[in-house]
Amino acid sequence: MGMNARNVTKRFGSFVALDDVTVEIPSGSLTALLGPSGGGKSTLLRVMAGLEPPDTGVVELDGTDATTLPPQRRNVGFVFQHYAAFKHMTVYRNVAFGLEIRKRPKDEIRRRVTELLELVHLEAFADRMPAQLSGGQRQRMALARALAVEPRLLLLDEPFGALDAQVRKELRNWLRRLHDQMHVTTVFVTHDQEEAMDVADRIVVMASGRVEQIGTPDELYDRPANAFVMSFLGPVTHLDGLLVRPHDLEVLDAPADGATAARVVRVARLGFEVRVDLDVAGARASAGPSTAEPDAYVQVTRDTATRLALEPGVTVHVRPTRGALTMPEPTETEEIATPVAS
Amino acid sequence: MAEARSVGLPPTQSRWAFRLIALVYLAFLLIIPVGLIFWRTFENGIGPVWDALTSPDSVHAFQVTLIVAGTAVVLNTAFGLIASLLIVRHEFRGKSIFNKLIDLPLAVSPVVVGLALILVYGRNTSIGTWLGAHGINVIFALPGMIIATCFVSLPLVVRELVPVLEEVGDEQEQAAATLGASPFQIFRRITLPAIRWGLAYGVVLTLARSLGEFGAVAVVSGRIVGQTQTATLLVEQSFENFDTGKAYSVAFALAAVAILALLLMTFLRPRSDR
Repeated sequence: MGMNARNVTKRFGSFVALDDVTVEIPSGSLTALLGPSGGGKSTLLRVMAGLEPPDTGVVELDGTDATTLPPQRRNVGFVFQHYAAFKHMTVYRNVAFGLEIRKRPKDEIRRRVTELLELVHLEAFADRMPAQLSGGQRQRMALARALAVEPRLLLLDEPFGALDAQVRKELRNWLRRLHDQMHVTTVFVTHDQEEAMDVADRIVVMASGRVEQIGTPDELYDRPANAFVMSFLGPVTHLDGLLVRPHDLEVLDAPADGATAARVVRVARLGFEVRVDLDVAGARASAGPSTAEPDAYVQVTRDTATRLALEPGVTVHVRPTRGALTMPEPTETEEIATPVAS
Repeated sequence: MAEARSVGLPPTQSRWAFRLIALVYLAFLLIIPVGLIFWRTFENGIGPVWDALTSPDSVHAFQVTLIVAGTAVVLNTAFGLIASLLIVRHEFRGKSIFNKLIDLPLAVSPVVVGLALILVYGRNTSIGTWLGAHGINVIFALPGMIIATCFVSLPLVVRELVPVLEEVGDEQEQAAATLGASPFQIFRRITLPAIRWGLAYGVVLTLARSLGEFGAVAVVSGRIVGQTQTATLLVEQSFENFDTGKAYSVAFALAAVAILALLLMTFLRPRSDR
């Protein structure tokens, strides 16, 4: 089922956590709320769940106004970053909790819980206490617990944030597959752009309590609405007052139309990719040996680096490739996530 | 660790010095006096102790103590739960004042509490007269003794529960809410089990404090033998009347109940929670 948040504002004292936020979550979608910490993503998720009442604005579930509906009656599954496992209950009882509250018959509960524990690969751990599980297992238990009541909407607040990199990757793929199987409308919060691009089919970029842009991962990467979205979704470097992706720069060994001279400061071979740190200001200022700090960088292939014989001290000429995405560099005051008029 | 902390003295010496000081302090303050009471109690064997404890005034004093302490424990447990949930889970105006007021009984002398209660509920006050006209006597009667005991043991449950509630956090409660549990179900199935050992410890402390309360109850009760005499008051009266055998026996019984409650707590508590 779908969910709408319209013109939602939420303040904590003088801090504006959500500033007139409007977001639509289409039925069946897997949406990421992406942004830096303190940007309002978690607050928006909690408003959706009914855990936090908005100061103004409307929350709709399935087209009906749910703004004042308590969390108990929203039928929304919520997964917390730190699992919120019921510490005094076994894994089985944790997952059964929502069904027991709903007073379902015992054998139905047993069937459903067993099914869910198999789904999250915890069938062998039914009688364990949460303290005896690893972080990843606890989070899978929390997911099974949220799914047990067949929620209309599944909300996950930084679900993989407390896990180590390897487990995080596994759970990511697993969440994606789960969503493809169950088609439950899902919203998850993350500050990791790679995670959002990897898992979600829609991304809502938030910063300073406002929505910066909503779109598919490709749309956001290829057509960012502003400098903030562009720099948040992937690497960017600065060249002649422009923001540009470092892999969208062309490196030439001779001056050319639209190319800027730069001195190579450092060449780092990262496997297939070579990262070249450049000193543009230094190359412009003098012809002496370069000791200045790099102020831009490009990503080139190993072949290109070899062909151009790139090494520290060499002067090269750089320009954006044809059709590269560029954007005017924000001024100092705009730096913090202010949307640029587009 | 010990080496790192002790500056100035050689590690082993300073460690022994600290241990000795702590032990001597405890010995003179606690171990020797309580040990002597136990010893003096059973000086002449178990027979006299049994006689002293089963005499009519002892039995009655224990009954009064049980009623007063039991009621105080029930009331303060309920109040402690509500107050600590308010302090930890809710924001309201005057919360810091509320928080400090709960600690007041620790600072005020119980005798002052007793006198204050007489000033409010005494026979010559308007409240006391009105209550008396409706057949309720507070002062020199059980209600006043219960109020006094409640007052002196007020902070114990709250002070045990507040840190536990803060540590447990409210995420489990929120998770239960999203799973459909009503506020009462959340309290019974999530909050209460999570804080049960803190609560139990608070109850035991309250019980121990209530059983042993002397000052406030002494002022409020009027010490009417066979009516408002509690076990602690009986100990003092017996002692003053040179009936040391009874004084020691009742004192021993009071101490034993308190120690038993503490031991019970320690053994019932799961190892991981200790």
